[in-house]
Amino acid sequence: MTTVAGSEDTFNRSAGRQLLLFAAISIGSIGLLMYALAWASSLTGSGAGSEVAVDPETRTVTLFLREEPPQLNSSLATDMVSGMVLGHVMEGLLRYDEHNRLVPGMAERWEIDANGAIFHLRSDAVWSDGAPVTAHDFVFAWQLALDPANASQYAFILYPVKNGRAIAEAKLPVSQLGARAVDDRTLEVTFERPVAYFDKLVAFPTYYPIRRDFYEATKGRYGADAHTLLYNGPFRMTRWVHGAHVRLEKNPTYWDEERIRIEVLDFPYITSDANATLNLFKDNKVAYAGLLAENLNDAMEQRWHIKRFMDGSVFFIEFNFRDGRVTANTNLRKAMQHAVDPAELVYKVTKLPGYIPGESLFPVWLRGVNGYFRQEYPAPKTIKDVVKAREYLQAAKRELGMEQIPPLVLLSGDNPVSNIQSEYFQQVFKQTLGLDIRIDKQIFKQRLAKMTSGDFDMVLAGWGPDYDDPLTFGDLFASWNLNNRGRYSNPELDRQVAIAEESLDPKTRMDAFGEIQRILHDDVVILINYEPGTTYVVNPDLGGLVRRSVGPDPDFTNAYIVEG
Amino acid sequence: MLNYTLKRLLQGIVTVWFIATATFIAMHSVPGDPLADEKAVTAEIRANLEAKYGLDKPVFDQYLIYMGNIVKGDFGISFTQENREVNDIIREHFPVSATLGILAVVFAGLGGVLWGALTALYRNRLPDVIIMFLVILGISVPSFVIAAISQLSLVNLNDLLGVSILPVAGWGSVWHMLVPSMVLGLGTMAYLTRLMRSSMLEIVNADYVRTAKSKGLPPTRIFTRHQLRNAILPVITVLGPSIAAITTGGFVVELVFAIPGLGRYFVQAVQQLDYTVIMGTTVFYGSFLVFMVIVVDLLYGLIDPRVRLE
Repeated sequence: MTTVAGSEDTFNRSAGRQLLLFAAISIGSIGLLMYALAWASSLTGSGAGSEVAVDPETRTVTLFLREEPPQLNSSLATDMVSGMVLGHVMEGLLRYDEHNRLVPGMAERWEIDANGAIFHLRSDAVWSDGAPVTAHDFVFAWQLALDPANASQYAFILYPVKNGRAIAEAKLPVSQLGARAVDDRTLEVTFERPVAYFDKLVAFPTYYPIRRDFYEATKGRYGADAHTLLYNGPFRMTRWVHGAHVRLEKNPTYWDEERIRIEVLDFPYITSDANATLNLFKDNKVAYAGLLAENLNDAMEQRWHIKRFMDGSVFFIEFNFRDGRVTANTNLRKAMQHAVDPAELVYKVTKLPGYIPGESLFPVWLRGVNGYFRQEYPAPKTIKDVVKAREYLQAAKRELGMEQIPPLVLLSGDNPVSNIQSEYFQQVFKQTLGLDIRIDKQIFKQRLAKMTSGDFDMVLAGWGPDYDDPLTFGDLFASWNLNNRGRYSNPELDRQVAIAEESLDPKTRMDAFGEIQRILHDDVVILINYEPGTTYVVNPDLGGLVRRSVGPDPDFTNAYIVEG
Repeated sequence: MLNYTLKRLLQGIVTVWFIATATFIAMHSVPGDPLADEKAVTAEIRANLEAKYGLDKPVFDQYLIYMGNIVKGDFGISFTQENREVNDIIREHFPVSATLGILAVVFAGLGGVLWGALTALYRNRLPDVIIMFLVILGISVPSFVIAAISQLSLVNLNDLLGVSILPVAGWGSVWHMLVPSMVLGLGTMAYLTRLMRSSMLEIVNADYVRTAKSKGLPPTRIFTRHQLRNAILPVITVLGPSIAAITTGGFVVELVFAIPGLGRYFVQAVQQLDYTVIMGTTVFYGSFLVFMVIVVDLLYGLIDPRVRLE
């Protein structure tokens, strides 16, 4: 006869066995389910990446994308990721080489004078379907970008071409554009005004060619999928699973095919999570990854090849010059200029690797007449001086007839860096000048909306280059520029911008930029904060990776696999 | 049964309409300009963009047009990916989220029942204490932490072994699914374990269990037919909503493991004020949730004969 406790034990043992069976069945069915789901999703799935990041056998380099390319129609693309992919599969009249110099692309030679330019296309330039790239393809692409019906945000970059602006404003038909195919291999461009830097503009994606018959055959889906794009660049896209996988393979019809030493650029991972991409790098699944400040020590311990690079942009505080804003008062701005120290912000507050304190709207990498612009035209400096700053503040109060400056609204983004930045300025202006700063933290789209409508006293802003000429920064505060969000207006600055735009003499142009730099400082149009940098790691087997401030970045077209 | 189903479906449609309207109102009340980008554009281009997305019309007209299009099943074109239709986005990315979600739910469901039953069986003994401690961890640690830690552990494991046994991120094979779905299902599994445990403990001393034992039924039959089957009811109740929650809540897991699911679009659309994608994903997920709740209610009738659907 068993006891009660004994029967309880028997029951539990039996139940335990039942559960074990249940667990075994569960694991089995989960396994089966996984295979079934994998089979079902293989019909639409992305396919796994290569086993190793750099595969010398197949000459495949595996990489990641920060996000899905939003737009691969070159006449509409605006963002960095699309620009990077386009830079690998397309080629403009000119392109950037491994030293970031402009070299012949689709055009083998060209002449530029005050009235226009003539580009002679190379005879071996062909599309990925074998048809030659002709001058007509460029004219068509430019007309597309300017056609108001297409609402291209980068239409403005074609304004130097005659009638470009009038077409974008729907005042003239696209056929009136000053770009004409003399014959298949000769492109004649007439300028709206002299454009000394036109060779630098044509490397920009909006200037890439698009072939009319192909474009029309895609019925509005040009650039939406791998098969609705036609390629004339070093690579062609053989796979594009949206949000999951982009695969670029060497384009056998590319004219300079010998230069390309990588067979496949595979992007099987699309994620903006920097830690995830670093984990993939650690696991030897991607050949390159960005580093966050907190990963630097780890990267050094691992003895990785850490590299630094300036992304080419500049960040600053923009003031509002609209009527009724106290920030329109020069002495108030001067007071603030004398209260801040960009070096303190960069080295003691944000402490981000690769960042340098900003001194000028024109970043350090821009080229001048012979060397670097900033060496030829050093930026005027203001030394932090609290006594002077207070004197300016007193003057400002007298001029404004105010006992106390009302609280100033500092419009700011919602990312961690701008949080630190805006709090730094809030504290500095309070301590040295007794100014109250109200931080208005907004999401991206709302910050832009407020910048456009002028709903701020000061705003944390930044600017990145579109083309490799100081004018890409130089015209930002011209009174007519829509990106001049504070509506700064100064006839003298406008005059200098006009000289820089229209002069053909490099010295005259650089002098004008020097003047613009001086005016921006003396008139305190902006307070420069920093030029951002990034740190990244590269697989030692991958050579020839090019980073650049202007143009497709990163650039793998010159990459090679280190043998041995 | 049929009447009941029809009634529920009708209620569901009203619910979805309400979700769509509320989302539409909320979306248009969020400050910010959906068409704004870093480069300012001319008034002409702006006007053309507004016309393209129908933003040039009064908001109420936009609402009517939008509702009309939803009825036709047309969610429009994305604002950020200008040549992709929202329908395409849902069609291409929902299957991925669904795969991940189904697996996570199965993990959570089976695991929850298993661990719950086990802890009830061993109540107040060592296995119970250990599992309940892990359950508390699973409930309280947010998924982005678990996702990051598990990914890092995978890297270190692969590093230690010198071979890649499990992929760190990506999508496309059976092995890519395993860790992300476990991470995604972990919170729910922990919750279900607790639920199952308490429900088992209630039933152990129920009259019908004692009767079954005294009748001399074999323990196997008592445990599965009388205990498990009855204890599992509350688990099924919460499974419906949690299927929807898991399938829609995969944003973090999708980001960390570079999985091309719909969750990413769902969250990014809100950040970027991508009106059409916000509406499309919300209405789609809303309908999905409503549908799952109805399915679970119907299932209830099959599992528990005491429930009558009328």
